[in-house]
Parts: sequence; structure tokens; C-alpha cells
Amino acid sequence: MRLYESVFIARQDISSAQVETMADEFAGIITEAGGKIHKREYWGLRSLAYRIKKNRKGHYIMFNLETDAATLKEYERIMGLNEDVLRFLNIRIEEVDESPSIIMQNKGDRGDRGDRGDRGDRGDRGDRGSRPPRAEAPKAEAPAEDKAEAPAEDSKTEE
Amino acid sequence: MTQLEIKREAVRRPFGRRRKSCPFSGPNAQTIDYKDTKLLARYTSERGKIVPSRISAVSAKKQRELAVAIKRSRFLALMPYVTS
Repeated sequence: MRLYESVFIARQDISSAQVETMADEFAGIITEAGGKIHKREYWGLRSLAYRIKKNRKGHYIMFNLETDAATLKEYERIMGLNEDVLRFLNIRIEEVDESPSIIMQNKGDRGDRGDRGDRGDRGDRGDRGSRPPRAEAPKAEAPAEDKAEAPAEDSKTEE
Repeated sequence: MTQLEIKREAVRRPFGRRRKSCPFSGPNAQTIDYKDTKLLARYTSERGKIVPSRISAVSAKKQRELAVAIKRSRFLALMPYVTS
């Protein structure tokens, strides 16, 4: 039994629920043969750095698993046959890192950005506030100036 | 002999650029991981080529590790092979 890290990319057209069932299926191969899944991560639908089989995006799943070589070979064979799998990479690791991987940590950062996005939603109120208002703001100022000028002229006429 | 040494130092000083140490060696060094694209991107050129260690000052051992990590990252489409 050895430790491996396995990442596979699923086609973009399938739903994340389908990806989960696929992942369960693959995990089943390992566990049925007496292996163990130590860690499982779904990185979400990420954009690929280049096109793979005409796909620009893909669902990423990562496992940290413990199994023997024969089962891993079977696992790779089944993945290779599955047409929804664009690509997979299985590498040997020395130990399982219990903390979430860097990609998951960065996703957390994106969550923060999501919060900023929420602020942007408040900007829905700011839909007025987004771009049209900026255009409006100078206009609002412009009439104000006109008004300011107009009274000034009035005052002159009064004098 | 002594003269030669003096001469060498004299030559060296004007170009006295201290050699930067390897960012992956020594204590509190970062670990090389193919998933850490932000880190790996620092060791690739704008076109996506791996930067030679004589420029990045990465030690030979770590450069080999780094190259493997970048290649794995490319295979999983986390990083590009080429950027044009």
C-alpha cells in the first residue's frame, strides 16, 4: 500500500452533481480493493490554460489515496476509458498533507472577493450607482453650476 | 600567487554583485508544489518558459524539482505550455 495523489479533469458540460457521482465511482474502485481515500477535494469549474479536446474549462477533482499498484493501474484504466475525463495525473507522495491544498486556500480568497462582489450587489442599488450614476453625477453638477450662474446673473440684474 | 589573488579581488569588486541564495533551500524555505501556480509562475518567463537557474539562483537540486512541478502543472492545464 502506497500513498498517491490523483487529480482528474472532467468535461465542462457535465454538472457538478454528475462530477461528484463520477468521483464516488472512482473512489469506489479504490475502497472496494481495500484502499483508503484520505482526502478529497473538488476544486470547482476552473478554466484550463489551454484547450483540451475543445474544452476551455473543466471540473477538477483531487484525491489523496492509499492503495496498491495493481488497483491504481485498474483505476487508471477505467479513467482512461471514461470519455468525460479529459485528463488525469496520479503521482506518488510521501505523506498526506491534512490541510486543504493551495488551490482550495486560494478559493477561500476568492470567497473574500465574493464578499466584495456582494458589495457590488449593494451596488445594484448602485446600479444607479455603477456606471449610469457616474454619468449622471457630472450632469447633476453641471446644472448645479448653471443654477449657480443663473442666480448670480439674477443678482447682477437686481443690482 | 599573492599577486594573482589580489588581482582577482580587484577584478571582482567592481562587479561585486553578491550571489543570491536559493529561495527553496535553508530554513523557512517554501515547498515546491505543482498546484501552487502563483509560485511556479515566478520561475517561468512571460512566454511560459522555465527560467534558467543561473538567473533565478535556484540550486541545481531544487531546479530539478521545480522543473518537474512546472511540467506537472502544465499537464493539468493549470499553467500554459506557451503564451503567445
